[in-house]
Amino acid sequence: MGKRETFPLKQETDIVLIRQRVRKYAEEAKLGIVSQTKIVTAASEIARNALIYGGGGECVVEACSRDGRSAVYLCISDSGAGIADIDRAMVDGYTSGSGLGLGLSGAKRLVDAFAIDSAPGQGTRVELWKWR
Amino acid sequence: MPASALAELLKTYESELLEEWIGAQRAAGLRSDLIDLDTVVSNSRELLKLLAVAAEQGIDDLGARHWEPVRGMLERLSRAQSRQGFSPSETATFVFSLKEPLFAKIQQHCGAASLNEIWNATRLLDRLGLYSMEHFMAGRETVIREQQESMLELSTPVVELWKGVLAVPLIGSLDSNRTQVVMEALLQKIVETESEIAIIDITGVPTVDTMVAQHLLKTVTAAKLMGAKCIISGIRPQIAATIVHLGVELGDVITKSSLADAFVVALRELDVRLVSRPVLR
Ligand SMILES: Nc1ncnc2c1ncn2[C@@H]1O[C@H](COP(=O)(O)OP(=O)(O)OP(=O)(O)O)[C@@H](O)[C@H]1O
Ligand SMILES: [Mg+2]
Repeated sequence: MGKRETFPLKQETDIVLIRQRVRKYAEEAKLGIVSQTKIVTAASEIARNALIYGGGGECVVEACSRDGRSAVYLCISDSGAGIADIDRAMVDGYTSGSGLGLGLSGAKRLVDAFAIDSAPGQGTRVELWKWR
Repeated sequence: MPASALAELLKTYESELLEEWIGAQRAAGLRSDLIDLDTVVSNSRELLKLLAVAAEQGIDDLGARHWEPVRGMLERLSRAQSRQGFSPSETATFVFSLKEPLFAKIQQHCGAASLNEIWNATRLLDRLGLYSMEHFMAGRETVIREQQESMLELSTPVVELWKGVLAVPLIGSLDSNRTQVVMEALLQKIVETESEIAIIDITGVPTVDTMVAQHLLKTVTAAKLMGAKCIISGIRPQIAATIVHLGVELGDVITKSSLADAFVVALRELDVRLVSRPVLR
């Protein structure tokens, strides 16, 4: 197993740090510049959701490999209100706040594998993978 | 044994304690580049005096009023040292190095009660040490906050490239606060200069997520309402690809890959033509 770190996600500035660390991991996994930017942007989206809607949480970043290719794995979790209707939340343009409603669906399109686990009152956990 | 045993020792052996404490601090290593010996001596003397007075009225509750002078002094000192570049241990050493001379005095003079008195003294000094640390950290945090604030202000230069053409080169991570500040500064300047075109250059922005995109779009809309047109420049290939996958629609916003290209477009919009001067012989 590769390098693994856990970062707190309690305030806006934590998102900046998470983006920087994810970029570092992506560079080390030798992802191309486009892939690096994509995983960093996806991390930014999911982390901001966890902060705004989930009241904060944490972010695990891990260097791993997938079918022999180096990869970056992220797990961003919160213990907030959770999402009642995940399908609806994943629809382009759906927002319960004042966003563009593109964070979740956009993040899914930016990465190679995406998993979301959430239930009302149970918090939300999103996993992201991007490989070389 | 009443707490005043400690107070008694502090008062009776003040000058000896002072000398030995200075010795202990020197042995631990003084930052002679940051503080001179005279200051160390006068700080130490002052704290010893304050300690003796406060300890007389009880050492159990450092939050009590009579500890106010000691707390005040440690707070001021620790905050100042965190600004001056002392390390946390260097600052903590000031209080902790009093232990050795003080314990020795207790052992010499308190007889059977020594152990108990040493325990009292160590608890007191530990709490004072922690108190120093808290304010040392608070000092650091103040510095960090000030730096963040000054960066917010520094990073919002809206420049006039030509009569009627503004440009704002965005650099670094854009988060709500900073983006808001920049965008408001831009709109303000559009009004002041009656500019028709504003170029927002994002060459220096590492990530454009939905929040940044939304701020950009809002600014473009607001500028339009004021009669100005926005051009977004410096969209690098990786940012373009990311924006497309996110699904963000930039609508009818003009985008250009470089600030230079955007400037040319702006001049054309204003009907300004640049011609190279013919070489006359
Ligand atoms: N961690 C979370 N906890 C609770 N609800 C969430 C969480 N993440 C997303 N949601 C819900 O899903 C909706 C869609 O999220 P999404 O990120 O796609 O859009 P947005 O955050 O509203 O806007 P944008 O991300 O485009 O700025 C949110 O409005 C919110 O209701
Ligand atoms: Mg979102």
